[in-house]
Amino acid sequence: MHLNEGKVPADYQTYLNRKVHWIIVGAILSFALFVLAISVGAVAIPPVEVVQSLLGISVSEKWDRIVWNIRLPQAIAALIAGIGLSIAGVAMQSILRNPLASPFTLGISSAGAFGAAVSIVLLGTGNIQSTVANPVSISNPYLTTVVAFIFCMIATGIILLISHLKGSSPEVMILTGVALSSLFSAGVMFLQYFSNDAQLAAVVYWTFGDVGRATWDMLPLMALIVGAGTLYFIVNRWNYNAIDAGDETAQGLGVDVARVRLVGMTVAALISAVIVALLGVIGFVGLVCPHMVRRIIGDDQRFLIPGSAVMGAILLLASDTVARVIVAPYVLPVSVLTAFMGAPVFIFLLFRGYKR
Amino acid sequence: MTTILTVNELKFMYRNKNVLQDIGFSIRRGEVVAVLGPNGVGKTTLLKCLNRILRAKGGTVMLEDENLLNLGTMDIARRVGYVPQRVETGRLTAFDAVLLGRRPHIGWDVTPRDMEIVDAAFTRLGMDALRLSYIDEMSGGELQKVAIARALVQEPKVLLLDEPTSNLDMKNQVDILNTIREIVRDHNIAAVMTMHDLNQALRFADTFIFIKNGTVHIHGKHDIVTPSVIEEVYGLPVIIGELGGVRCVIPGACRIA
Repeated sequence: MHLNEGKVPADYQTYLNRKVHWIIVGAILSFALFVLAISVGAVAIPPVEVVQSLLGISVSEKWDRIVWNIRLPQAIAALIAGIGLSIAGVAMQSILRNPLASPFTLGISSAGAFGAAVSIVLLGTGNIQSTVANPVSISNPYLTTVVAFIFCMIATGIILLISHLKGSSPEVMILTGVALSSLFSAGVMFLQYFSNDAQLAAVVYWTFGDVGRATWDMLPLMALIVGAGTLYFIVNRWNYNAIDAGDETAQGLGVDVARVRLVGMTVAALISAVIVALLGVIGFVGLVCPHMVRRIIGDDQRFLIPGSAVMGAILLLASDTVARVIVAPYVLPVSVLTAFMGAPVFIFLLFRGYKR
Repeated sequence: MTTILTVNELKFMYRNKNVLQDIGFSIRRGEVVAVLGPNGVGKTTLLKCLNRILRAKGGTVMLEDENLLNLGTMDIARRVGYVPQRVETGRLTAFDAVLLGRRPHIGWDVTPRDMEIVDAAFTRLGMDALRLSYIDEMSGGELQKVAIARALVQEPKVLLLDEPTSNLDMKNQVDILNTIREIVRDHNIAAVMTMHDLNQALRFADTFIFIKNGTVHIHGKHDIVTPSVIEEVYGLPVIIGELGGVRCVIPGACRIA
């Protein structure tokens, strides 16, 4: 059949443009926060000088060193992790058809924590140094990270295998995730029970997600995984819209629902695993940023995915900036702040209802 | 009227149980077909086998001269529109929701032409005023129309509808079924729908396929719908009579407890 003689409705175009404007405003805000995050800290560097230093126009060598060696990698890590966690969250919510889904629904955070605990307690990679700035340290961060990542991938592999055998049903994925999460948490408790004070402190410290752990050499890997993953979800935005309309509708539209679920879950798990292994557990961002965006620009994945990326960057950059000034000269890990910063905004958005 | 869809020896098994065996029938252009039978007999399974949402274990589904079972899922979706029984809502406008029906035709993103087709579908179904309404605020009848519009913009040759009037009030049922009939006539396509309400089927369908024991019990026009056929298929004696010039089916000698 053919349907002709329609026109592109002007009011629909206006409605789409409004969503694009929100995303642009968000992108500008996240850039401003990026500069602010570099500017604020124990040594205050005015934002203009930050931009100059970033552009390679040297103002002061000392400031350059602070910007390039300390603050920039941390700000970039916050930017990438914010985008990654939020994108993984929005994808998981669609894949699992569940508003409570987040990057950690499948037990990746517990698996990562267990991996880190194995490394610290059994392989002896953790100890305590008594300095005020950095009271606990992990003597071999690389090994800890690698072991944490391996356990994240083991958890993902188990879920992928089970969901593949069981036809990728969301219920099976979620319930397997819950079971694995409990299993790994129990494993962490077991190891903690038999560890000494120093190891116990190191294990607990590891689980506090902190973008301050980022170093230049880990950024390319994070950027690559998060960048490729984001691109994958954007390419598949219409498939996620179709799955949101119901599995049967999606299948009727030619979408291979089981495959989109399985691949999407793998990509989201990979993103989460890299972030957890490198920075620790940063909660709330992946769960709530997508919902904030839904309240502002709706559920259309064409806008929800880029919108969530921007919102994740905003929340994590803002949280990290506040984490470094709120009890200065002490620096809080960002994971403590994300919920403090995000929850009030989120509750306000829930209370206000949808934007029309 | 020329034949548009021919099904031959279609089989479907669930675990080791034969659900459908040796299903065969053919449908002509401009025809509205009602698939009838008791719960659990495999009506929905049959629909889903036609557009390969479920993989048939054998047989052919010829759409004109192509076997649909040999085509890719996107190719099928460009030829066959499907309206499931359950439609999920979200924070989307009706226009967004219908635009999704262009998915099988979309490359990187929608084109102005896709939007023009969607716009035409809204006009076609008399829903212009609903274009920018949010579907999570719509009534069941409006939502069902959105689902039908979504299937229409796939530009299908055959529409499959799984109980299109379940959960709708009487006026909306008549409204939806009239709409389906009109579309089928005007665009010279065919519609296959599973139904429970024999009275609605009698009023709006041209031909009837009764399914029993996983196979086509009988297929034909109004004359095949008789009390004996219905009793054979549903196991319930019925009376068929005329009321105001309309053929009606009511349960016969059943005792009210």
